[in-house]
Amino acid sequence: MFYREAGQFKTDYRSDQQIFPITQDRVAVWAMAITAFTAVPYFATDYLIISILNPFLILAIAAIGLNILVGYCGQISLGTGAFMAIGAYAAYNFATHFPGLNLLVIFVLAGLTSALIGILFGIPSLRIKGFYLTVATLAAQFFFEWLFLRVKWFTNYSPSGSVVAPPLGIFGLPIATPHAKYFLVLGITVIVALIAANLTRGHIGRSWMAIRDMDIAAEIIGIRPMQAKLSAFAVSSFFVGIAGALWAFVFLGSWEPLAFDINRSFQLLFMIIIGGLGSILGSFVGAAFIMMLPIFLNQAPALFGIHLSTETVSHLEFMIFGVLIVFFLIAEPHGLARLWAIGKEKLRIWPFPH
Amino acid sequence: MGFFLEVLIGGLLVGVLYSLVALGFVLIFKASGVFNFAQGAMVLLAALCLVRMIEWLPKWFGLDNPALVIVLAALISGVMMVGVAVIIERLVLRPLVNQEGIILFMATLGVAYFVEGAGQSIFGSNVYTLNLGIPKDPVFLFENLFEGGVLVNEFDIWSAIAAGILVVGLALFFQYTRTGRALRAVADDHQAAQSVGIPLNRIWVIVWTVAGIVALVAGAVWGSKLSVQFSIALLALKALPVLILGGFTSVPGAIIGGLIIGAGEKLSEVFIGPLVGGGIEIWFAYGLALVFLLFRPQGLFGEKIIERV
Repeated sequence: MFYREAGQFKTDYRSDQQIFPITQDRVAVWAMAITAFTAVPYFATDYLIISILNPFLILAIAAIGLNILVGYCGQISLGTGAFMAIGAYAAYNFATHFPGLNLLVIFVLAGLTSALIGILFGIPSLRIKGFYLTVATLAAQFFFEWLFLRVKWFTNYSPSGSVVAPPLGIFGLPIATPHAKYFLVLGITVIVALIAANLTRGHIGRSWMAIRDMDIAAEIIGIRPMQAKLSAFAVSSFFVGIAGALWAFVFLGSWEPLAFDINRSFQLLFMIIIGGLGSILGSFVGAAFIMMLPIFLNQAPALFGIHLSTETVSHLEFMIFGVLIVFFLIAEPHGLARLWAIGKEKLRIWPFPH
Repeated sequence: MGFFLEVLIGGLLVGVLYSLVALGFVLIFKASGVFNFAQGAMVLLAALCLVRMIEWLPKWFGLDNPALVIVLAALISGVMMVGVAVIIERLVLRPLVNQEGIILFMATLGVAYFVEGAGQSIFGSNVYTLNLGIPKDPVFLFENLFEGGVLVNEFDIWSAIAAGILVVGLALFFQYTRTGRALRAVADDHQAAQSVGIPLNRIWVIVWTVAGIVALVAGAVWGSKLSVQFSIALLALKALPVLILGGFTSVPGAIIGGLIIGAGEKLSEVFIGPLVGGGIEIWFAYGLALVFLLFRPQGLFGEKIIERV
């Protein structure tokens, strides 16, 4: 009744090509953005920001990055953790070797480093396809895990192997409180989401999707597979690298390579598959779902007044997590974003069914 | 020379064990097109059941013949793996028929989480030593060929023999039984198999059962080599390069891939490892698989990929 585009005429190209062509969507997104920037930090406690909102936003950035590669370009990657690690260690090294560099510049440089290495590990994708490609990304995963553990130069010869992020600050303003960090992460998330949304609906995004749907057919209609695949690897690794740098600098503070092991890669893959392949919204929904689920499962027994040993709880967590994953895949293989799309269709014709 | 051979043979013997895990993957991929990440978890589950049954059976029923206990425990574990196969087919595969490969892959990841959690909450999550009564003494081979001979663990030889018997048995089963013929038909073409009256669902149960039995053998061997613990589930990651190197659809590929990876891994660790700081085993296997793939994108023995628009 309220959600329908009847009467919203597009009279110029600009209004026809907006990200959200329907007024109600635009209003909703603006309302959400304003809430996220004003009401949320005003009401949220430190705990909420530190352990839920910040990691959620950072993982959402990584999920967007991975979704570009897997969901839009169809190249399966199990090495996301490695590219997050590259971003984190690149940022650390830029920060230690060039003190005084602007934090945002450091993040962009970290993303670029990760993008370069992403292109390198994307080259096999020109010849190897499907599940066979996972070996290239897994090679990256295990190689970089080893590299950051064994080659001391990357950790600045720290004796314990773990490194500590420098104090954060932009333009002379320190970023120390959870709220300041939240604004930093939120700002970067918004920028990344905007860039990703615009890339995926433009020329380059179309060529990714053509490659995903059938690469030989795409090649025949004039899309260059090399450019398309490698640019997907580059853009994806760029975002994932930035997410890694944020994860290390803002969320962890001090870290070792184990923070970016293969389980991180699986976690991100779960996020985009549960959320929805080929959907920016899906990346956010999936990140929220996969992030909250273990927290909820952890708290649930206490909420119902049941006391279990930590060991039992961790096993139960594994089991319930597994069951829910399978359940969601069976219920909606196209992810939560598809549920939202169906709901929107229903809303448009509500209250009349036809 | 002797040292080189020793490392090589050690690597090959470890490679046989990798093949065992990879074999389970291949069987399932061939018959149902599912990239079954839960194979490692199934190995863990089978090994846990085996080791705990060997411990519990004497307590419950007062059995004191160790051979009988081991046989009974193996039987119980086998029955459990059949049950697991039936449940997975019913609850996971059947509702997900015709979905894309990546969705099925993620579903098996979910299964892996569940099996790991369930196995450890039922059978406990400590480290258990598994003793099947196989001697573990070091023996020297080729002593007449050159001085000192080659030092090999007797246990490794026995496990290689067990793996060999398993593979030959599987080959015979596939070649000469009615069910085996049906399995090969399904592997060739799902639709054609269905149209001549082969029930797909039953074939899937059988294939997952066979994979479960393979997991039991792999679990028994790995469990007595490294003792039964959670890290066995991570074997799936070790078997992946083997699988990719050999090709997803080829049983001989899994064997030869395992041998190449096992030998390459050990040789690199011993001869290149010290130069770069050690611990390169895990990524070296993937690197090796990647190099092979660049020349043969479908793996050494995989079916040639034909693409049509």
